[in-house]
Amino acid sequence: MTTPQVPPPKLRFATVWLAGCSGCHMSFLDLDEWLFELAAAVEIVYSPVASDIKVFPEGVDLCLVEGAVANADNLELALQLRARSKVVVSFGDCAVSANVPGLRNLWAGVAGGSRQSVLERGYVELADRGAQHPHAPGIVPELLERVLPLHEVIAVDHFLPGCPPSAERIRAFLEALLRGEPPPEGQAMLSFG
Amino acid sequence: MTQVLPSVSLQINGQPCTVAADATVLQAIRSAGLHVPTLCHLDGLTPVGACRLCLVALEGHPKLEPACVTTVAEGMVVHTHTPELEGYRRMAVELFFAEGNHVCAFCVANGACELQDVAVEVGMDHSRFPYQYPHRHVDASHALFGLDHHRCILCTRCVRMCDEIEGAHVWDVGYRGSACSIIAGLDQPWGEVEACTSCGKCVDACPTGALFRKQDATAEKQPHPERAQQLAAARTDHRWRNQ
Repeated sequence: MTTPQVPPPKLRFATVWLAGCSGCHMSFLDLDEWLFELAAAVEIVYSPVASDIKVFPEGVDLCLVEGAVANADNLELALQLRARSKVVVSFGDCAVSANVPGLRNLWAGVAGGSRQSVLERGYVELADRGAQHPHAPGIVPELLERVLPLHEVIAVDHFLPGCPPSAERIRAFLEALLRGEPPPEGQAMLSFG
Repeated sequence: MTQVLPSVSLQINGQPCTVAADATVLQAIRSAGLHVPTLCHLDGLTPVGACRLCLVALEGHPKLEPACVTTVAEGMVVHTHTPELEGYRRMAVELFFAEGNHVCAFCVANGACELQDVAVEVGMDHSRFPYQYPHRHVDASHALFGLDHHRCILCTRCVRMCDEIEGAHVWDVGYRGSACSIIAGLDQPWGEVEACTSCGKCVDACPTGALFRKQDATAEKQPHPERAQQLAAARTDHRWRNQ
Protein backbone atom coordinates (compact mmCIF):
# COMPACT_ATOMS: atom_id res chain seq x y z
CA MET A 1 0.00 0.00 0.00
CA THR A 2 1.41 3.39 -0.91
CA THR A 3 0.67 6.63 0.86
CA PRO A 4 -0.59 9.34 -1.46
CA GLN A 5 2.13 11.84 -2.26
CA VAL A 6 1.40 15.24 -0.78
CA PRO A 7 3.08 17.97 -2.85
CA PRO A 8 5.63 19.84 -0.77
CA PRO A 9 4.33 23.18 0.48
CA LYS A 10 5.35 26.09 -1.71
CA LEU A 11 8.01 28.46 -0.46
CA ARG A 12 6.32 31.46 1.16
CA PHE A 13 7.88 34.49 -0.52
CA ALA A 14 7.68 38.19 0.42
CA THR A 15 9.16 41.43 -0.85
CA VAL A 16 9.25 44.60 1.21
CA TRP A 17 9.78 48.24 0.23
CA LEU A 18 11.32 50.45 2.92
CA ALA A 19 13.12 53.77 2.21
CA GLY A 20 14.12 53.36 -1.41
CA CYS A 21 13.01 54.59 -4.82
CA SER A 22 11.30 51.26 -5.73
CA GLY A 23 13.92 50.78 -8.46
CA CYS A 24 14.91 47.39 -7.02
CA HIS A 25 11.28 46.29 -7.32
CA MET A 26 11.24 47.63 -10.90
CA SER A 27 14.31 45.51 -11.57
CA PHE A 28 12.46 42.57 -9.98
CA LEU A 29 9.60 43.20 -12.44
CA ASP A 30 12.21 43.17 -15.23
CA LEU A 31 12.32 39.40 -14.65
CA ASP A 32 9.51 39.52 -17.22
CA GLU A 33 8.24 36.06 -18.24
CA TRP A 34 10.33 34.35 -15.55
CA LEU A 35 7.87 35.92 -13.09
CA PHE A 36 5.36 33.31 -14.28
CA GLU A 37 7.75 30.54 -13.29
CA LEU A 38 8.41 32.25 -9.97
CA ALA A 39 4.68 32.67 -9.33
CA ALA A 40 4.20 28.95 -10.00
CA ALA A 41 7.07 27.95 -7.71
CA VAL A 42 6.29 30.15 -4.68
CA GLU A 43 3.38 31.54 -2.76
CA ILE A 44 3.65 35.32 -2.77
CA VAL A 45 2.43 36.28 0.67
CA TYR A 46 3.42 39.96 0.85
CA SER A 47 4.75 42.37 -1.79
CA PRO A 48 4.09 45.95 -2.95
CA VAL A 49 4.17 44.75 -6.57
CA ALA A 50 2.57 41.31 -6.39
CA SER A 51 0.09 41.24 -3.54
CA ASP A 52 -2.56 43.37 -1.85
CA ILE A 53 -1.96 42.09 1.67
CA LYS A 54 -1.33 44.93 4.10
CA VAL A 55 -0.05 43.04 7.15
CA PHE A 56 3.23 41.16 7.00
CA PRO A 57 2.22 37.53 7.60
CA GLU A 58 3.67 34.84 9.84
CA GLY A 59 5.75 31.93 8.57
CA VAL A 60 7.54 33.57 5.62
CA ASP A 61 10.38 31.51 4.13
CA LEU A 62 12.16 34.14 2.06
CA CYS A 63 11.90 37.93 2.19
CA LEU A 64 13.63 40.45 -0.10
CA VAL A 65 13.93 43.87 1.54
CA GLU A 66 14.48 46.97 -0.58
CA GLY A 67 15.38 50.26 1.07
CA ALA A 68 17.02 51.69 4.15
CA VAL A 69 15.42 52.10 7.55
CA ALA A 70 14.53 55.81 7.66
CA ASN A 71 11.31 56.23 9.64
CA ALA A 72 9.24 54.69 12.42
CA ASP A 73 7.17 52.60 9.97
CA ASN A 74 10.32 51.20 8.31
CA LEU A 75 11.69 50.26 11.72
CA GLU A 76 8.48 48.54 12.83
CA LEU A 77 8.17 46.57 9.58
CA ALA A 78 11.86 45.60 9.64
CA LEU A 79 11.55 44.14 13.14
CA GLN A 80 8.29 42.40 12.18
CA LEU A 81 9.62 40.84 8.98
CA ARG A 82 12.71 39.57 10.78
CA ALA A 83 10.62 37.92 13.47
CA ARG A 84 8.35 36.30 10.86
CA SER A 85 10.86 35.27 8.13
CA LYS A 86 13.36 32.44 7.91
CA VAL A 87 15.66 34.09 5.36
CA VAL A 88 16.03 37.87 5.01
CA VAL A 89 17.83 39.37 2.02
CA SER A 90 19.18 42.92 1.95
CA PHE A 91 18.04 43.79 -1.56
CA GLY A 92 19.82 46.67 -3.35
CA ASP A 93 22.15 49.49 -2.34
CA CYS A 94 19.70 51.36 -0.08
CA ALA A 95 19.16 48.30 2.11
CA VAL A 96 22.86 47.40 1.96
CA SER A 97 24.41 50.85 2.58
CA ALA A 98 21.51 53.34 3.16
CA ASN A 99 22.68 54.87 -0.16
CA VAL A 100 20.77 58.04 -1.20
CA PRO A 101 18.21 58.03 1.67
CA GLY A 102 21.19 57.96 4.05
CA LEU A 103 22.61 61.22 2.70
CA ARG A 104 20.73 63.22 5.30
CA ASN A 105 22.93 61.52 7.92
CA LEU A 106 25.53 64.11 6.87
CA TRP A 107 23.51 66.55 8.95
CA ALA A 108 23.17 64.20 11.92
CA GLY A 109 25.97 65.92 13.81
CA VAL A 110 25.05 69.54 13.07
CA ALA A 111 22.69 71.88 14.88
CA GLY A 112 19.08 70.71 14.58
CA GLY A 113 20.11 67.22 13.43
CA SER A 114 19.35 65.37 10.20
CA ARG A 115 15.59 65.03 10.69
CA GLN A 116 15.04 68.72 11.35
CA SER A 117 17.47 69.77 8.58
CA VAL A 118 15.89 67.64 5.86
CA LEU A 119 12.32 68.64 6.76
CA GLU A 120 13.26 72.31 6.98
CA ARG A 121 14.93 72.16 3.57
CA GLY A 122 12.19 70.17 1.85
CA TYR A 123 9.04 71.65 3.35
CA VAL A 124 10.01 75.19 4.37
CA GLU A 125 13.03 76.57 2.52
CA LEU A 126 12.05 75.19 -0.88
CA ALA A 127 8.28 75.70 -0.54
CA ASP A 128 6.68 78.10 -3.02
CA ARG A 129 3.80 78.78 -0.66
CA GLY A 130 2.14 77.30 2.42
CA ALA A 131 5.48 76.36 3.99
CA GLN A 132 4.92 74.06 6.98
CA HIS A 133 6.34 70.96 8.56
CA PRO A 134 4.32 67.80 7.90
CA HIS A 135 2.58 66.80 11.10
CA ALA A 136 -0.02 64.05 11.23
CA PRO A 137 0.65 61.69 14.13
CA GLY A 138 -0.34 58.12 13.33
CA ILE A 139 -0.60 58.86 9.61
CA VAL A 140 2.72 60.32 8.48
CA PRO A 141 5.50 58.27 10.10
CA GLU A 142 8.14 60.15 12.07
CA LEU A 143 11.63 60.19 10.55
CA LEU A 144 14.38 58.52 12.53
CA GLU A 145 17.30 60.78 13.35
CA ARG A 146 19.69 58.48 11.49
CA VAL A 147 18.95 56.45 8.34
CA LEU A 148 20.37 52.95 8.76
CA PRO A 149 21.26 50.09 6.42
CA LEU A 150 19.08 47.06 7.13
CA HIS A 151 21.85 44.97 8.72
CA GLU A 152 22.38 47.64 11.40
CA VAL A 153 18.77 47.12 12.49
CA ILE A 154 18.11 43.39 12.06
CA ALA A 155 20.16 40.27 11.26
CA VAL A 156 20.46 39.80 7.50
CA ASP A 157 21.17 36.43 5.87
CA HIS A 158 22.20 37.50 2.36
CA PHE A 159 23.19 40.71 0.60
CA LEU A 160 22.36 41.56 -2.99
CA PRO A 161 23.85 45.03 -3.65
CA GLY A 162 23.34 47.13 -6.77
CA CYS A 163 21.41 50.24 -7.71
CA PRO A 164 19.45 48.30 -8.70
CA PRO A 165 20.67 44.67 -8.79
CA SER A 166 20.04 43.50 -12.36
CA ALA A 167 17.13 41.19 -13.14
CA GLU A 168 19.63 38.52 -14.25
CA ARG A 169 21.31 38.63 -10.86
CA ILE A 170 17.99 38.55 -8.97
CA ARG A 171 17.02 35.50 -11.01
CA ALA A 172 20.33 33.68 -10.41
CA PHE A 173 19.91 34.40 -6.70
CA LEU A 174 16.30 33.25 -6.47
CA GLU A 175 16.82 30.17 -8.64
CA ALA A 176 19.55 28.92 -6.29
CA LEU A 177 17.41 29.48 -3.21
CA LEU A 178 14.41 27.78 -4.85
CA ARG A 179 16.63 24.75 -5.48
CA GLY A 180 17.53 24.79 -1.80
CA GLU A 181 21.13 25.75 -2.59
CA PRO A 182 23.18 28.61 -1.16
CA PRO A 183 23.02 31.70 -3.40
CA PRO A 184 25.83 32.14 -5.95
CA GLU A 185 28.79 34.23 -4.81
CA GLY A 186 31.61 36.02 -6.55
CA GLN A 187 32.18 39.10 -8.63
CA ALA A 188 29.30 38.46 -11.04
CA MET A 189 26.86 38.79 -8.12
CA LEU A 190 28.22 42.16 -6.96
CA SER A 191 27.80 45.73 -8.12
CA PHE A 192 27.41 49.11 -6.47
CA GLY A 193 25.68 52.07 -8.09
CA MET B 1 79.10 45.99 -24.30
CA THR B 2 75.64 45.42 -22.88
CA GLN B 3 75.49 45.83 -19.16
CA VAL B 4 73.86 42.86 -17.48
CA LEU B 5 71.62 44.01 -14.65
CA PRO B 6 71.69 41.83 -11.56
CA SER B 7 68.56 39.77 -11.14
CA VAL B 8 67.01 37.74 -8.34
CA SER B 9 64.81 34.66 -8.36
CA LEU B 10 61.80 34.35 -6.13
CA GLN B 11 58.60 32.34 -5.85
CA ILE B 12 55.11 33.84 -5.97
CA ASN B 13 52.15 31.59 -5.13
CA GLY B 14 54.37 28.61 -5.95
CA GLN B 15 55.36 30.06 -9.30
CA PRO B 16 59.08 30.75 -9.87
CA CYS B 17 60.01 34.11 -11.34
CA THR B 18 63.12 36.15 -12.03
CA VAL B 19 63.18 39.94 -11.97
CA ALA B 20 65.71 42.78 -11.72
CA ALA B 21 67.24 43.03 -8.26
CA ASP B 22 65.80 46.50 -7.70
CA ALA B 23 62.23 45.51 -8.67
CA THR B 24 59.40 45.75 -6.17
CA VAL B 25 57.37 42.72 -5.15
CA LEU B 26 54.42 44.31 -6.96
CA GLN B 27 56.43 44.47 -10.19
CA ALA B 28 57.46 40.84 -9.70
CA ILE B 29 53.82 39.80 -9.11
CA ARG B 30 52.76 41.52 -12.32
CA SER B 31 55.71 40.18 -14.33
CA ALA B 32 54.63 36.67 -13.30
CA GLY B 33 51.19 37.39 -14.78
CA LEU B 34 49.62 37.50 -11.32
CA HIS B 35 47.54 40.21 -9.70
CA VAL B 36 46.96 41.95 -6.39
CA PRO B 37 44.49 44.81 -6.02
CA THR B 38 45.91 48.32 -5.62
CA LEU B 39 44.42 51.78 -5.16
CA CYS B 40 47.19 54.24 -4.22
CA HIS B 41 49.66 52.73 -6.68
CA LEU B 42 49.94 54.29 -10.11
CA ASP B 43 52.62 53.24 -12.59
CA GLY B 44 54.83 56.25 -13.30
CA LEU B 45 54.53 57.71 -9.78
CA THR B 46 56.57 57.00 -6.65
CA PRO B 47 54.86 54.24 -4.62
CA VAL B 48 53.80 55.16 -1.09
CA GLY B 49 52.10 52.06 0.37
CA ALA B 50 49.12 54.06 1.64
CA CYS B 51 46.08 51.93 0.80
CA ARG B 52 47.38 48.56 2.13
CA LEU B 53 45.47 46.59 -0.49
CA CYS B 54 48.63 45.07 -2.01
CA LEU B 55 49.73 43.54 1.32
CA VAL B 56 51.42 40.18 0.77
CA ALA B 57 52.70 37.43 3.05
CA LEU B 58 56.43 36.65 2.88
CA GLU B 59 57.45 33.23 4.23
CA GLY B 60 59.71 33.50 7.27
CA HIS B 61 58.83 37.16 7.71
CA PRO B 62 56.79 38.06 10.81
CA LYS B 63 54.50 40.70 9.28
CA LEU B 64 52.61 41.41 6.10
CA GLU B 65 54.25 43.87 3.71
CA PRO B 66 52.83 46.16 1.01
CA ALA B 67 54.08 44.76 -2.30
CA CYS B 68 54.38 48.19 -3.92
CA VAL B 69 57.13 49.45 -1.58
CA THR B 70 58.91 46.17 -0.81
CA THR B 71 62.02 45.32 -2.83
CA VAL B 72 62.46 41.72 -3.98
CA ALA B 73 65.15 39.51 -2.46
CA GLU B 74 66.81 36.28 -3.60
CA GLY B 75 64.79 33.23 -2.56
CA MET B 76 61.80 35.27 -1.36
CA VAL B 77 58.59 33.20 -1.11
CA VAL B 78 55.52 35.39 -1.64
CA HIS B 79 51.85 34.60 -1.12
CA THR B 80 49.31 37.06 -2.50
CA HIS B 81 45.94 35.52 -1.63
CA THR B 82 45.96 33.70 1.71
CA PRO B 83 42.62 33.68 3.60
CA GLU B 84 44.19 36.11 6.09
CA LEU B 85 45.16 38.56 3.33
CA GLU B 86 41.78 38.28 1.64
CA GLY B 87 40.09 39.01 4.97
CA TYR B 88 42.25 42.08 5.59
CA ARG B 89 41.73 43.35 2.03
CA ARG B 90 37.98 43.16 2.33
CA MET B 91 38.17 44.88 5.70
CA ALA B 92 40.34 47.67 4.24
CA VAL B 93 37.85 48.27 1.44
CA GLU B 94 34.92 48.28 3.89
CA LEU B 95 36.78 50.89 5.94
CA PHE B 96 37.27 53.06 2.85
CA PHE B 97 33.52 52.99 2.23
CA ALA B 98 32.61 53.55 5.89
CA GLU B 99 35.12 56.38 6.34
CA GLY B 100 33.96 58.66 3.51
CA ASN B 101 30.67 59.39 1.79
CA HIS B 102 30.74 57.08 -1.21
CA VAL B 103 27.33 56.99 -2.85
CA CYS B 104 27.89 55.25 -6.19
CA ALA B 105 24.35 55.82 -7.46
CA PHE B 106 24.90 59.45 -8.44
CA CYS B 107 28.70 59.67 -8.47
CA VAL B 108 30.48 61.20 -11.47
CA ALA B 109 32.79 58.15 -11.50
CA ASN B 110 30.06 55.47 -11.28
CA GLY B 111 31.18 52.69 -13.61
CA ALA B 112 34.73 54.05 -13.90
CA CYS B 113 35.78 54.00 -10.25
CA GLU B 114 38.67 51.97 -8.91
CA LEU B 115 37.18 51.88 -5.39
CA GLN B 116 33.95 50.45 -6.81
CA ASP B 117 35.95 47.90 -8.83
CA VAL B 118 38.04 46.84 -5.88
CA ALA B 119 34.91 46.38 -3.70
CA VAL B 120 33.66 43.87 -6.26
CA GLU B 121 37.10 42.25 -6.57
CA VAL B 122 37.49 41.61 -2.82
CA GLY B 123 33.91 40.34 -2.56
CA MET B 124 32.52 43.14 -0.38
CA ASP B 125 28.72 42.72 -0.34
CA HIS B 126 28.23 45.17 2.56
CA SER B 127 30.26 47.10 5.10
CA ARG B 128 30.43 45.57 8.56
CA PHE B 129 31.61 48.94 9.88
CA PRO B 130 29.05 51.68 10.52
CA TYR B 131 29.22 54.57 8.06
CA GLN B 132 30.78 57.68 9.57
CA TYR B 133 29.10 60.32 7.35
CA PRO B 134 31.91 62.85 7.86
CA HIS B 135 30.91 66.43 7.19
CA ARG B 136 33.21 67.38 4.31
CA HIS B 137 32.95 69.97 1.54
CA VAL B 138 33.18 70.37 -2.22
CA ASP B 139 35.75 72.78 -3.68
CA ALA B 140 34.18 74.08 -6.89
CA SER B 141 36.34 77.21 -7.08
CA HIS B 142 38.39 76.08 -10.09
CA ALA B 143 36.99 77.10 -13.47
CA LEU B 144 37.32 73.64 -15.05
CA PHE B 145 37.52 71.08 -12.25
CA GLY B 146 36.02 70.23 -8.88
CA LEU B 147 37.19 68.40 -5.77
CA ASP B 148 34.54 66.54 -3.77
CA HIS B 149 36.23 65.66 -0.48
CA HIS B 150 33.38 63.26 0.37
CA ARG B 151 34.73 60.86 -2.25
CA CYS B 152 38.44 61.23 -1.45
CA ILE B 153 40.28 58.16 -0.10
CA LEU B 154 43.58 60.03 0.48
CA CYS B 155 45.53 57.82 -1.91
CA THR B 156 47.65 60.92 -2.78
CA ARG B 157 47.84 60.02 -6.47
CA CYS B 158 46.88 63.63 -7.32
CA VAL B 159 49.58 64.96 -4.97
CA ARG B 160 52.28 62.83 -6.61
CA MET B 161 50.99 63.39 -10.16
CA CYS B 162 51.09 67.17 -9.74
CA ASP B 163 54.46 67.16 -7.98
CA GLU B 164 56.35 64.51 -9.96
CA ILE B 165 54.85 64.73 -13.45
CA GLU B 166 53.49 68.27 -13.81
CA GLY B 167 56.03 69.79 -11.41
CA ALA B 168 53.52 72.27 -10.00
CA HIS B 169 52.96 70.75 -6.53
CA VAL B 170 49.54 72.32 -6.16
CA TRP B 171 48.32 69.48 -3.95
CA ASP B 172 49.42 68.33 -0.54
CA VAL B 173 48.01 66.61 2.53
CA GLY B 174 46.79 68.70 5.44
CA TYR B 175 45.44 68.10 8.94
CA ARG B 176 45.55 64.93 11.03
CA GLY B 177 43.52 61.81 11.77
CA SER B 178 39.92 61.85 10.61
CA ALA B 179 40.29 65.54 9.64
CA CYS B 180 43.10 64.67 7.20
CA SER B 181 42.39 65.99 3.72
CA ILE B 182 43.94 66.91 0.40
CA ILE B 183 44.69 70.66 0.32
CA ALA B 184 45.38 73.00 -2.61
CA GLY B 185 48.25 75.49 -2.33
CA LEU B 186 48.49 76.81 1.21
CA ASP B 187 45.09 75.31 2.06
CA GLN B 188 43.39 77.74 -0.31
CA PRO B 189 40.42 77.34 -2.63
CA TRP B 190 41.78 75.48 -5.67
CA GLY B 191 40.75 78.27 -8.04
CA GLU B 192 42.95 80.76 -6.18
CA VAL B 193 46.14 78.71 -6.41
CA GLU B 194 48.29 80.41 -9.02
CA ALA B 195 50.65 77.42 -9.30
CA CYS B 196 47.87 75.33 -10.89
CA THR B 197 48.40 75.03 -14.64
CA SER B 198 44.87 73.63 -15.17
CA CYS B 199 46.44 70.60 -16.90
CA GLY B 200 43.91 68.16 -15.41
CA LYS B 201 46.46 65.41 -14.70
CA CYS B 202 45.26 65.16 -11.09
CA VAL B 203 41.76 64.43 -12.37
CA ASP B 204 43.18 61.74 -14.67
CA ALA B 205 45.04 60.15 -11.76
CA CYS B 206 42.17 60.16 -9.23
CA PRO B 207 40.83 56.62 -8.69
CA THR B 208 37.39 57.79 -7.50
CA GLY B 209 35.03 60.65 -8.27
CA ALA B 210 36.81 63.03 -5.85
CA LEU B 211 38.48 64.99 -8.65
CA PHE B 212 36.30 65.59 -11.68
CA ARG B 213 35.76 67.78 -14.70
CA LYS B 214 32.87 70.17 -14.21
CA GLN B 215 31.16 69.24 -17.46
CA ASP B 216 30.87 65.58 -16.37
CA ALA B 217 27.61 64.51 -14.69
CA THR B 218 26.71 61.19 -13.07
CA ALA B 219 28.70 58.25 -14.46
CA GLU B 220 30.38 60.44 -17.11
CA LYS B 221 33.93 60.59 -15.74
CA GLN B 222 36.56 59.08 -18.01
CA PRO B 223 39.77 58.89 -15.99
CA HIS B 224 43.16 58.30 -17.61
CA PRO B 225 45.35 56.65 -14.98
CA GLU B 226 47.74 55.47 -17.74
CA ARG B 227 48.91 59.05 -18.38
CA ALA B 228 51.35 59.08 -15.46
CA GLN B 229 53.24 56.13 -16.92
CA GLN B 230 53.12 57.52 -20.48
CA LEU B 231 54.50 60.89 -19.41
CA ALA B 232 57.13 59.32 -17.15
CA ALA B 233 58.31 57.08 -20.01
CA ALA B 234 58.36 60.01 -22.41
CA ARG B 235 60.45 62.05 -20.02
CA THR B 236 62.92 59.48 -18.80
CA ASP B 237 63.21 57.08 -21.75
CA HIS B 238 62.15 59.44 -24.56
CA ARG B 239 59.49 56.90 -25.50
CA TRP B 240 56.34 58.52 -26.78
CA ARG B 241 52.87 57.06 -27.01
CA ASN B 242 53.01 56.75 -30.81
CA GLN B 243 56.42 55.06 -30.84
